[in-house]
Amino acid sequence: MTKNIMIVGVGGQGSLLASKLLGHVLLSQNYDVKVSEVHGMSQRGGSVVTYVRFGEKVYSPIIDKGQADVIISFEKLEAARYMEYLKEGGKIVVSNQEIDPMPVITGAAEYPENLIEKMKAAGADVDDMDALSLAMEAGSAKAVNIVLMGRVSKYFPEISEEAWLASLEACVPAKFLEMNKKAFALGRA
Amino acid sequence: MKQLMIGNAAVARGLYEAGCGVVSSYPGTPSTEITEEAAKYDEIYCEWAPNEKVALEVAFGAAVAGKRSFCGMKHVGLNVAADPLFTISYTGINAGMIIGVADDAGMHSSQNEQDSRHYAIAAKVPMLEPSDSAEALEFTKVAYELSEKYDTPVFMKMCTRVAHSQSLVETSERTELPLKEYNKDIAKYVMMPGNAKRRHPVVEQRTRDLIAYAETTPLNRVEMGDTKIGIITSSTSYQYVKEVFGDNASVLKLGMINPLPEKLILDFAEKVDKLVIIEELDDIIESHCKKLGLEVTGKDVFPLEDEFSQNLVAEKLGVPVKTGLALDENIPVRPPVMCAGCPHRGMFYTLSKNKCTVMGDIGCYTLGAVAPLSAIDVTACMGASISSIHGFNKARGAESEGKTVAVIGDSTFMHSGMTGLANIAYNQSNSTVVILDNSITGMTGHQQNPTTGYNIKGDPAGKINLEALCKAMGFERVRIVDPYDLEACDKAVKEELAAEAPSVIISRRPCALLKYVEVKPALKVESDKCKSCKMCMKLGCPAISIKENKARIDATLCVGCGVCKQLCKFDAITE
Repeated sequence: MTKNIMIVGVGGQGSLLASKLLGHVLLSQNYDVKVSEVHGMSQRGGSVVTYVRFGEKVYSPIIDKGQADVIISFEKLEAARYMEYLKEGGKIVVSNQEIDPMPVITGAAEYPENLIEKMKAAGADVDDMDALSLAMEAGSAKAVNIVLMGRVSKYFPEISEEAWLASLEACVPAKFLEMNKKAFALGRA
Repeated sequence: MKQLMIGNAAVARGLYEAGCGVVSSYPGTPSTEITEEAAKYDEIYCEWAPNEKVALEVAFGAAVAGKRSFCGMKHVGLNVAADPLFTISYTGINAGMIIGVADDAGMHSSQNEQDSRHYAIAAKVPMLEPSDSAEALEFTKVAYELSEKYDTPVFMKMCTRVAHSQSLVETSERTELPLKEYNKDIAKYVMMPGNAKRRHPVVEQRTRDLIAYAETTPLNRVEMGDTKIGIITSSTSYQYVKEVFGDNASVLKLGMINPLPEKLILDFAEKVDKLVIIEELDDIIESHCKKLGLEVTGKDVFPLEDEFSQNLVAEKLGVPVKTGLALDENIPVRPPVMCAGCPHRGMFYTLSKNKCTVMGDIGCYTLGAVAPLSAIDVTACMGASISSIHGFNKARGAESEGKTVAVIGDSTFMHSGMTGLANIAYNQSNSTVVILDNSITGMTGHQQNPTTGYNIKGDPAGKINLEALCKAMGFERVRIVDPYDLEACDKAVKEELAAEAPSVIISRRPCALLKYVEVKPALKVESDKCKSCKMCMKLGCPAISIKENKARIDATLCVGCGVCKQLCKFDAITE
């Protein structure tokens, strides 16, 4: 059975490293894996989405509406935007950061209120967290991606913590390893 | 060992393993990483050329000289390279030559959705189309064999979902090839009418030979399943088909998209009750099948626009799909924006403030068209800003010359802005051109170009001096401004628009995302001083927002460029 994970956020938040780590750890577990990334214009502060799929045999590189087992979101509005991709019984792991999109900045739209509550009310299983504070506690606001991956790791008991840490070591530069390990541990706690 | 690779990296690996020796490309999403990854192999000479036409001709020269070569570009880049393409098809090559072209169905990062397969047909050049990374690697090696066997350049056609999706590949060692002998052959390589006339039948025979090859090559394969429905497909659409149908349909999966087989398709059609063609963008396979007299379902059901997905394939063929959870909420869109600290912002603010008509171009700075700056009037293709301002001014005269500017980035200027500038110098319009020199090719992810002084590997290289170049073309008015200095920008724009001569303003400051650019501490808003006049909001900086009726600067985004500070009349923005 193919499992589907989406990583969503705002271009520049570090979703490429998150998907790299996820792909690496899944490959180490001998799954067939496909990861679909976003490059180019959308990276400039736009809404970005990465699809990660794994299982015995994976065909499509993308995830469609109603198919995601887990949505990992770096930002609340983006979690809400992609919620329709969640399958019944799926889970949303969301950093409760708010980043205003340009229509909100210019006053053409408003940032919706109480999005976490609204997503829960619509039937989503939402695990919201202050990933930014935990990342800063680990040593860098940029480690939000690894904090979130730490949290997500809890939802895949079939993959050991050792496997995650080995992949972390393979995916981040040595000088940032300790900081990222701390971020991962804080997210997983 | 199996590795995860994006399709573009797999093509690069294929180039390496097949003994490719020379790569020349121009960056363009979603093709860029082929060349970036190839440059990591020391055995391959790699370069960024100023544009795709140059790159294709470099690769052609290398192939004629006896080394396997490659040239990569995005779909619209192929328009630029089309001139050599059609004639290289006639001359053929010596050592193998591959042209990598990446389409962008869905326009994730492009200005149109053209289908490159038309070029393969029009130029009579074979085209292979992988559906994942393993095929991208394998097909690249096959492409070189075909190229040399049939004496033709060969297209490797990628699309966003194959180019930028990671999937498993198995790598092998490089085969080092000796330099092939080069022999002068005027009748083959000098395309004047008499010679070209003799080469054209060679091209036609080659296509007939390639059709015969297409009938039996393992690049095209039949996967028989349930015969109630038979699907002919290729590329990423194949993956959606397998996802939806598995073995519940029979599939003819085409890996070679030009030329297409005939007997193979007719035999397949014979075995199934209903024939369906699933291809993104235009109806290339479908038209071919119709020419063969087959009755098919294709674009009567599937769209000509946007990319496909598994749900789309399922819905169009009556397979039920699950819907997700719905949120009854108006979610504001989040379009891409110029980054906080982007050096283009100060110049666009100035152009917006002066109510200029702006002929735009292709790059990050196309985002200058987005509200609240809304500072661009027209954007079509690479280099069009400079050529079209000349036409605009010739049509409207002095009234337009006094308020119209062209904006173009440093890399785009090198790509195809220089010829437009030559036209202004030669045919004399009083046009004002702003070169937005951020010292890098930005949108595609920071590639070097002829103005940066570094090559693809980051080593020192030749550096073209923009101001000297413009002066040499005959522009007497060439000035440089720092786009972080709003007063200087305003003065430069006003003076050059008023001047009775064509002029070039070089708006120069490196991209804020470049590693060597020093990030200053984030600025702060002193709330008690903020009068909520919203002047700072006119910049459209993603770091600035209004919260509880006061401006607020997001410290995680702000890089301290100080442009907003210059606009605040109440000194509320401080360091």
